Amino acid sequence: MQDNMLLTISTTHEPASDLGFLLMKNPDNLHEVDLAFGKATVFYPEASAEKCTAALMLDIDPVQLVRGKGRQRGAEDQYVNDRPYAASSLLSVALARTFGTTLSGRSKHRQELAETPIELEAKISPLPVRGDRQIVAQLFEPLGYQVETGSVPLDPQHPDWGDSPYISLVVRGKQKIADLLSHLYVLVPVLDANKHYYIGDAEVEKLLRKGQGWLEEHPHKDLIAKRYLRFRSLSRAALRQLEDSVEPEPAEEIAKKDEAEEVIERPIHLNEQRMLSVLAELERSGASSMLDLGCGEGKLLRRLIQQGQFQKILGVEVSPQILSIAAERLKLERMGDRQRERIELVQGSLVYRDDRLKGFDAATVIEVIEHMDAERLTAFSDALFGYARPNTVIMTTPNREYNTLFEGLTEGVLRHPDHRFEWTRQEYESYAVTCGDKYGYSVSFAPIGEVHPDHGAPTQMAIFKKTAG
Amino acid sequence: MTETKDISIPEFSLVLLIGASGTGKSSFAAKHFKPTEVVSSDTARGWVSDDETDQSVTGDAFELVHAVIEKRLKNRKLTVVDATNVQPNARKSLVALARKWHCLPVGIVFQLPEKLAIERNKQRPDRQFGPGPVKRQMLDLKRSLRGLKREGIRARHILKSVDEIDAVTISRAKLWNDKREETGPFDIIGDVHGCADELETLLVRLGYGVSWTDGEPEITAPEGRKAVFVGDLVDRGPRSPDVLRIAKHMVDKGTALAVVGNHDDKLKRYLDGRNVKQTHGLAETIEQLGTESQDFRQDMREWLDGLISHYVLDEGQLVVAHAGLKEEMQGRASGAIRSFCMYGETTGETDEYGLPVRYNWAAEYSGKAKVVYGHTPVPEAQWTNGTICIDTGCVFGGKLTALQYPEMELVEVPAEKTYYEPVKPLDAAPNAEDNDAGKLNIKHVLGKQAIETRDMGMVIVREDESAAALEVMSRFAADPRWLVHLPPTMSPPATSGKDGWLERPEEAFAYYREQGVGSVVVEKKHMGSRALITLARDAEAASKRFDVDDGSRGIIVSRTGRRFFPDAELEKTVLDRLDMAMQKAGLWEELESDWVLWDAEIMPWNLKASSLISQQYAPVGAAAVAGLSETTALLEIAKQRGVEVDELYARSSQRLANAQGYRTAYNHYVGETASIDDIEIAPFHLLASGDAVHSDKDHMWHMDRAHRLAVAESGLIAATPFHKVDLADDKQVSDAIQWWEDITAEGGEGMVVKPLQFVVRGKKGLVQPAIKCRGKEYLRIIYGPDYDMPKNLERLRKRGLGQKRRMALREFALGLEGLHRFVENAPFSHVHQCAFGVLAMESEPVDPRL
Repeated sequence: MQDNMLLTISTTHEPASDLGFLLMKNPDNLHEVDLAFGKATVFYPEASAEKCTAALMLDIDPVQLVRGKGRQRGAEDQYVNDRPYAASSLLSVALARTFGTTLSGRSKHRQELAETPIELEAKISPLPVRGDRQIVAQLFEPLGYQVETGSVPLDPQHPDWGDSPYISLVVRGKQKIADLLSHLYVLVPVLDANKHYYIGDAEVEKLLRKGQGWLEEHPHKDLIAKRYLRFRSLSRAALRQLEDSVEPEPAEEIAKKDEAEEVIERPIHLNEQRMLSVLAELERSGASSMLDLGCGEGKLLRRLIQQGQFQKILGVEVSPQILSIAAERLKLERMGDRQRERIELVQGSLVYRDDRLKGFDAATVIEVIEHMDAERLTAFSDALFGYARPNTVIMTTPNREYNTLFEGLTEGVLRHPDHRFEWTRQEYESYAVTCGDKYGYSVSFAPIGEVHPDHGAPTQMAIFKKTAG
Repeated sequence: MTETKDISIPEFSLVLLIGASGTGKSSFAAKHFKPTEVVSSDTARGWVSDDETDQSVTGDAFELVHAVIEKRLKNRKLTVVDATNVQPNARKSLVALARKWHCLPVGIVFQLPEKLAIERNKQRPDRQFGPGPVKRQMLDLKRSLRGLKREGIRARHILKSVDEIDAVTISRAKLWNDKREETGPFDIIGDVHGCADELETLLVRLGYGVSWTDGEPEITAPEGRKAVFVGDLVDRGPRSPDVLRIAKHMVDKGTALAVVGNHDDKLKRYLDGRNVKQTHGLAETIEQLGTESQDFRQDMREWLDGLISHYVLDEGQLVVAHAGLKEEMQGRASGAIRSFCMYGETTGETDEYGLPVRYNWAAEYSGKAKVVYGHTPVPEAQWTNGTICIDTGCVFGGKLTALQYPEMELVEVPAEKTYYEPVKPLDAAPNAEDNDAGKLNIKHVLGKQAIETRDMGMVIVREDESAAALEVMSRFAADPRWLVHLPPTMSPPATSGKDGWLERPEEAFAYYREQGVGSVVVEKKHMGSRALITLARDAEAASKRFDVDDGSRGIIVSRTGRRFFPDAELEKTVLDRLDMAMQKAGLWEELESDWVLWDAEIMPWNLKASSLISQQYAPVGAAAVAGLSETTALLEIAKQRGVEVDELYARSSQRLANAQGYRTAYNHYVGETASIDDIEIAPFHLLASGDAVHSDKDHMWHMDRAHRLAVAESGLIAATPFHKVDLADDKQVSDAIQWWEDITAEGGEGMVVKPLQFVVRGKKGLVQPAIKCRGKEYLRIIYGPDYDMPKNLERLRKRGLGQKRRMALREFALGLEGLHRFVENAPFSHVHQCAFGVLAMESEPVDPRL
């Protein structure tokens, strides 16, 4: 999102102007280096004996960046407000190109100074930091720096909008110049773990190699490595265009939110308990053909396929991306023929009648209905109970009453940002019974998870059995 | 030479050639039928084994034969089966296929002397199997002959000699139900049930002349019109014989058509002397017939016997059947169809009144033809998915209804009294399940869809596009019953040739001039969010029009069909105030409608786009200003120190100014959103109301209505400033350009140029319905703070508009098509397809900055 970044390096180690020798750039001149994605310029705003400051100005040209990659997919990659890169990873590239010799620890005229820790200060602005800002101190302090960060407001005209995802960073310490550069080289991209743009996987390797000598000892080296490896494909293709402000979330975002829900529910192993309860219920039903409606990434499917009872399994999911993740996770392509014949994944929607869903013994709708606007429930009930009409339907949904018992869940907030509603036991039961009456199903209910005397169980399960043709 | 022997077969039939090998079936088939009509087992053997005589692949070959037959029958294509077909089992599966697709089976039997067949086979090198098989086949055939009728092959033609075979000519007869050539206009009349008084009144109201002489009616029809009776002429009412007289007289004279109802059929069976229960009003009819002559009873028996199940009329666009008819049965013939037409289908259950629960075929109807029917009394005739029941229970004290076609107007005559007490009150609440239209089947949207539009011909929605739209429609959109339309995207003009500019109005004017458009309107472009406002006079009207039952009077949705206001109370307040404005402006009366669809922009922008602003636009500004102010300050110090950074300093200062300009630009469109008083709505198209799509009115008409609304409710509704521009008048054109410069200099987004007419066709087809000309500063938000620096601008000029324009046109055509279909009461799936298609198109990865 940003196309400029400024790094200044200052020293008060006298004579300060020796910084020019360390960086091998004459303080009185302007130095320009052309990069594949723009330009790096070095100049010195001050260069006295007491204090000397070198400024590295990074100008990123998004169009060139895209062209340089040979990804001529058309204009969408050039959208100014949604660039598929993080400036911070490009800063590392610029550092290496501009101060390569210094980074390797050599200095033509001041080798001894280069090997001596001196008072150094580096300032970066604007620096993107995603997530908890404490990470800045966590990363730099163990290496012997004093850290100062400043906020950048989103828009001074709108103080209520809060801060932008950028900060200004100052790190100060007694360091060898090459160490300072290598610390910045490795750690600056780590701060912005969101959208990394790497020239290739080899680049990650290269970055990590620069950490030799200190990264092994860093107390947060796992975090650093993890953030590096979080490279994700950014092609969101068609869906991106649908509506900028309210576009459907890319699968990775949904996965992230799902994680959030799991984190909330994890302490009570709810997901595991849910799966076991549903499986037990399915076994009891004697079903041999199964529909998993809203199968997501295939958590339930994975278990169903392991049980010989289920001879025909159809997973239905509305999102094409999540469906392909499911196919990957289930390793559909590598499955043996015998197993492969038992399972099928299709894109489908729970609010449309669908002939492909007819004639199954049982259907599971696990933690799905709460992701649907309440106004669409009529169409959902009609499509499932009125049209597909499986013999057994097992449907789970959160019990809202239980939310108050979750740690880390604010009062009145739902468990997942995409939940359109969460029902109390009474609300769910009333929906299920009305639905059963209308479509000829008898309904029973069972709690999933530990039952609290007042608030009930965290998850509520309804079991529908068809009573009329 | 023998005389010719004509064999008449229905034009849609499954013709079984039956005879031993060597009796000339294949030559016969080749002589009388198109090669594509003949499905041959030998050919199928060849396909699967490269050898037409290979008996070991018979199983596979017949699977193929059956598959091909099935597909042909599904598509209503006459099919000839060229196989021996001498064994009952072989025929049984074919007859079953014919039944499944409601196709008449016909047998043509080749019963030649055995010797001849054996001799013929001998002469063919590929049939050297000796006399054994032929002898067996001859024997099978002989045993079969008597059973054919019992097997369901009622039409049989037996050919016993070579001469006879050679003398055959085949003629194809239309099915009785096929009256496609009758294009109307029609007056389709609901269940009369012996209510002759009301029928006469209705006929007169419809313009027919009615008189009686010596107990015989004389009915004259208005020029060119024809009545169509949906059946159930008799029973329960006071004058069943007279109703029969009127109907028969009109049918005989060619001024009416009649299809059979279940009561008519039962009466016929009674007249046949069959033992039928004299219930449900038959007793009354029998009593009335008591005073009639034997001849009358005989005549009526014959006439009733000749009534057929349904008619396909007006080039297949209209179907009339007593109890309605699903698409896959229309224009075909079988016992199942006759039964469906008379009784409908029931689910086997009974309701609280002990009446059978009917299978709601209309809920799933998505056929091309409108279906008009009766059978089940309803309080009001209402369209559902392109079907309408016009039995409004006259005999039960309701009314007698006629539907005029193609005018689609209902003409009703109230019952003079309640002649018969209904088991279930006429106005009893329908089952909740009778709420039909929202029940969409995924087959109508998923996969590749070809949608015929009246403005642009066939529009194809690709499979990947539908896949993307399915998620949005299912997870985010409002109830699709409300979404009868979605607006098209809008293209910018060709890139400006003027230095320092990316977009200017000159190119938009040039485009329209080139397309032969004489006048355009220019409308100020509001910077907010596009919205569609569906508003009904009240919740009842909304429920009637849109088949919704949430008790609301309308909805406001975004351009992708999401609810615009998550707060239902706020939405209701907005809708109520719009309704007041409609009243005050006299628009409800003028439009003679109880609903209206407005296309509008709702401000401020951040009402819907706040996350976009805080997550995309504002961070760009924050990063740019933070970095560049620091950089510029340092460069200034370096400059003072004598370092050669003048050029860099100038550039950096310029970029800092751009970054600040960028912030200013988006802040123009950010406002308070705390209450309804902060909201402004600028309507610009009155898309549809009543039974009309207003794409036939020019933009002056639309602007006039929008302005009247703004005058009536100036607090909520903003008027859109606009001008009409004659493209041949240079002064008017330059004034419009100046106007645009003034608007954009004040921070306005720009203006939209539209041809005066809503829909315009140029030399190359449909012309862009609108082109947006965005201002220089506004474009900073879109293309980035530095977009107008010469090097950047040069690159941006290379933008291609082709895809954006094609999208705009296709979406425009689809959007209007959806509206047309909606007001014409097409099946809801057909309406939904269009809105879904627009959403699908929007998933195209086109440059979002355009």
